[in-house]
Amino acid sequence: MSVTHDSGRKKNHLDRQFDLIRRREEAGELSNPKGYRFARKFLSNRLAAFGLVVFTLIVLVSVLAPLLTPYNPRAIDLRNILKPPTWEHWFGTDKVGRDLFTRVLYGGQISILVGLGSALASAVVGVLVGCYTGYVGGWRDALAMRVSEIFMSFPQIILVLLLVAILGQSLSNLIIIFILTGWGGIYRLARARMLSLREEEYVQALRSFGLSTPIICYKHILPNALGPIMVNITLSTAAFILAEAGLSFLGLGVPLDIPTWGNILNVAQDLRILENNWWVWLPVGIVISLFVLSVNFIGDGLRDATDPTQQG
Amino acid sequence: MQQNKDVILKLRDLKAHFPVKAGVFKRTVGHVKAVDGVDLDIYRGEVLGVVGESGCGKTTLGKAILRLVESSEGQVIYCSDDEQRDLTTLDNEGMVPYRKKLQIVFQDPHSSLNPAFTIFGSLEDPLKKYGVKSRAERRKIIGDLLEAVNMRPEYMDRYPHEFSGGQRQRIGIARALSIGPELIVCDEAVSALDVSIQAQVLQLLMKLKQEKNLTYVFITHDLSVTEYICDRIAVMYLGRVVELCDSEELYNHTLHPYTRALLSAVPVADLDKQTDRIVLEGDVPSPVNPPSGCPFHPRCQSAIERCKTDVPKLKRYEVDGRDHFASCHLVDLPEAV
Ligand SMILES: Nc1ncnc2c1ncn2[C@@H]1O[C@H](COP(=O)(O)OP(=O)(O)OP(=O)(O)O)[C@@H](O)[C@H]1O
Ligand SMILES: [Mg+2]
Repeated sequence: MSVTHDSGRKKNHLDRQFDLIRRREEAGELSNPKGYRFARKFLSNRLAAFGLVVFTLIVLVSVLAPLLTPYNPRAIDLRNILKPPTWEHWFGTDKVGRDLFTRVLYGGQISILVGLGSALASAVVGVLVGCYTGYVGGWRDALAMRVSEIFMSFPQIILVLLLVAILGQSLSNLIIIFILTGWGGIYRLARARMLSLREEEYVQALRSFGLSTPIICYKHILPNALGPIMVNITLSTAAFILAEAGLSFLGLGVPLDIPTWGNILNVAQDLRILENNWWVWLPVGIVISLFVLSVNFIGDGLRDATDPTQQG
Repeated sequence: MQQNKDVILKLRDLKAHFPVKAGVFKRTVGHVKAVDGVDLDIYRGEVLGVVGESGCGKTTLGKAILRLVESSEGQVIYCSDDEQRDLTTLDNEGMVPYRKKLQIVFQDPHSSLNPAFTIFGSLEDPLKKYGVKSRAERRKIIGDLLEAVNMRPEYMDRYPHEFSGGQRQRIGIARALSIGPELIVCDEAVSALDVSIQAQVLQLLMKLKQEKNLTYVFITHDLSVTEYICDRIAVMYLGRVVELCDSEELYNHTLHPYTRALLSAVPVADLDKQTDRIVLEGDVPSPVNPPSGCPFHPRCQSAIERCKTDVPKLKRYEVDGRDHFASCHLVDLPEAV
C-alpha cells in the first residue's frame, strides 16, 4: 500500500519536473546559443587555452615593442659587440651590437605580419575560388583544380629564387609568393566542403527560389564550411612563419635590413657564432617554436570545438 | 470529363539522364535514365500522387519540374490563362517569374534548413528577391507564415536545431509558401515523420491547399498515404509512368501488374479485404541498362513473349467514363479514342 502510494508520489514529482522543463523549453530558456557551447569547448581544451595565452602574449609584446624597450632595433653599437645577456641587454647583443631582445620584439611584428597576413590572404583567395567553383562545378571547377595543381606542384623554393631574381627581394614579394603557393590548400578544402554541402536540401530550396549563385554559395553555404577553414588558417599561419624563418635564414626571405625572426637567425649561419654565442640564436629559436606551437594548439582546439561529431 | 479541366503544367516526353563516368579519364560510359520519357498533365487544384519504388526517379522528376536538375529532353509547359511557356527553354533570368509559381518541400527535415541561420535568416532572402524591401515587412510576412503552419511567430529567431522533425517540416512548408506559389512539389514530405505527426502535417497541407488554392504533386513511396489525400495517382517504374488514374479507380480497377504488386504490399486493416500478397521478385533493374521491351517484364508474373520485345505505350482507356492510363500489353480493354 505504502509502496504504491510512494511510487505515485514519485511519478507526480517527475511529472511536475518534466512540465517545468517543458515550460522552460517552450520559453526558449534551455536552448543555449551556439557560440557559448563553442567557447566552453574551446576553453576546456587546456592546450588550446595555453596556446591562446602564449599567442596573445607574443603578439602583444611585439605590437607594444616601442613601449617595452628603449633601444632601436637597427641602432648599431660597436662598443657592445656580441655581449652575452645582461640586465641591460636581456638577450645580449649581436655582431654589430644591436640589442637582441629589441630585435626579437620588432622582428615579431614583421614575422607575424608575414605569417598571419599570408595565411589570411591565401585563405581569402582559396575560399573565394573554392566556394564558387565547387558549387557551380563543370568546367570552372575543372579549370580551378588544374590551376591549383600547377601552383601546388611548383616547388616554393624555386618560385622564391625566380621572383627574387626577377623582382628583387622585398617583404611584399615574399607575401605574394606565400599566397601563390599557399592558396591551393585552402581552395581544396573549401571546394571539398562545397561538394558535399551543395547537395543539402536547403541549398536546393534556395535554388528553387532562383537566388543568385554568389548569395547561395557565399552567404548561405560558406558559414557551414567555416570551421575547417579557420583551422586551416591557423595551421598555415604556423607554416608560413616557419617558411619565413627558413627562407630568411638562407638569405632569400625578407631583406636583411628588416628585422624578422628569420633574419635574426640568419647570423647563425656563421659557425663561430653558432658555437660560441648561443644567445644570438637560441632565444629567437625558442620564441619561434613557442609561437608556432601555440598556433598549432589553437588550431587543434578549433578543430575539436567545431567538429560536429563531438557533441557536448 | 477531365479534358475540360484546367491544366497548370504539361510534361511532354520529359527525360532526365545523368552521365555515368568511369575510368581514369572520366569517360562517359552510359547514362542513368532517372526520368525516361514522362508525359503528364497536372490539373489546377488537384493533388497528384507520384508513387513507385526507391530509385524509380520520383525525386528527379520533381526536381526536373522545378529545373533543379536539367532535363535532357522534353518539355515542361507552364499554362495559365494567357500563355503557355516551355520552362526548359528559359535561362535563369527567364525562369524567375516561374520560380515564383513553383515550389518544393523536401523529405529530410534535418538537411532542409540551414543550420547556420535562424529561421528568419533562411527565409528572408527569397522575400527580398521578390520585392519585399523593408525588414519589418519581411518579419511580418514570416511571422504570418509560421502562424499559417501552426507555429508561433517568435520561433523565427530560433535555429533549426531547436526544432523537432515535424516542426522543421512545417517550417519547410512555410518556406515553400513564402512567395505565393501555385504548385508545390512535396517530395516525400511526410515520410521521415512519425505516423501521428504525419497525419498532422498532412492535415495542415490539405488545409493550406484549400486556403490558398494550391496544386500539389505529392511524391511518396507510401501508398497508404496517397489513398487519403490524392485525387489522381501516377505510378512510376524505372523513370516512366506506367499507370495513371483517379485514386479510387487505381485501388478498385488496377490495370498494371506492377501497381497490383505495390498495392498488395500495403498493409490492410480490414481482414476480409486481405488479398494474397504478390511479392515482387528480384531487384529493380538498373536505370543505366533498362531491360528490353516492357521494363517490368523480368519481374512480372504474367509476362508473355511480347513483353520482352515490345515497349508498351502509355495508352488511354475509359473506365466508367473516366480516363485511366496504363502501359501494359495485357490490358484487355478497348483503347479510348
Ligand atoms: N545527380 C545524380 N547523378 C547521378 N545519378 C543520379 C542523380 N540523382 C539521381 N540519380 C539516380 O537516378 C535514379 C533515380 O533517383 P531518384 O532520387 O529520382 O529516385 P527516387 O524515386 O526519388 O527514390 P527514393 O524513393 O529513394 O527517393 C537513381 O538510380 C539515382 O541513383
Ligand atoms: Mg526521392
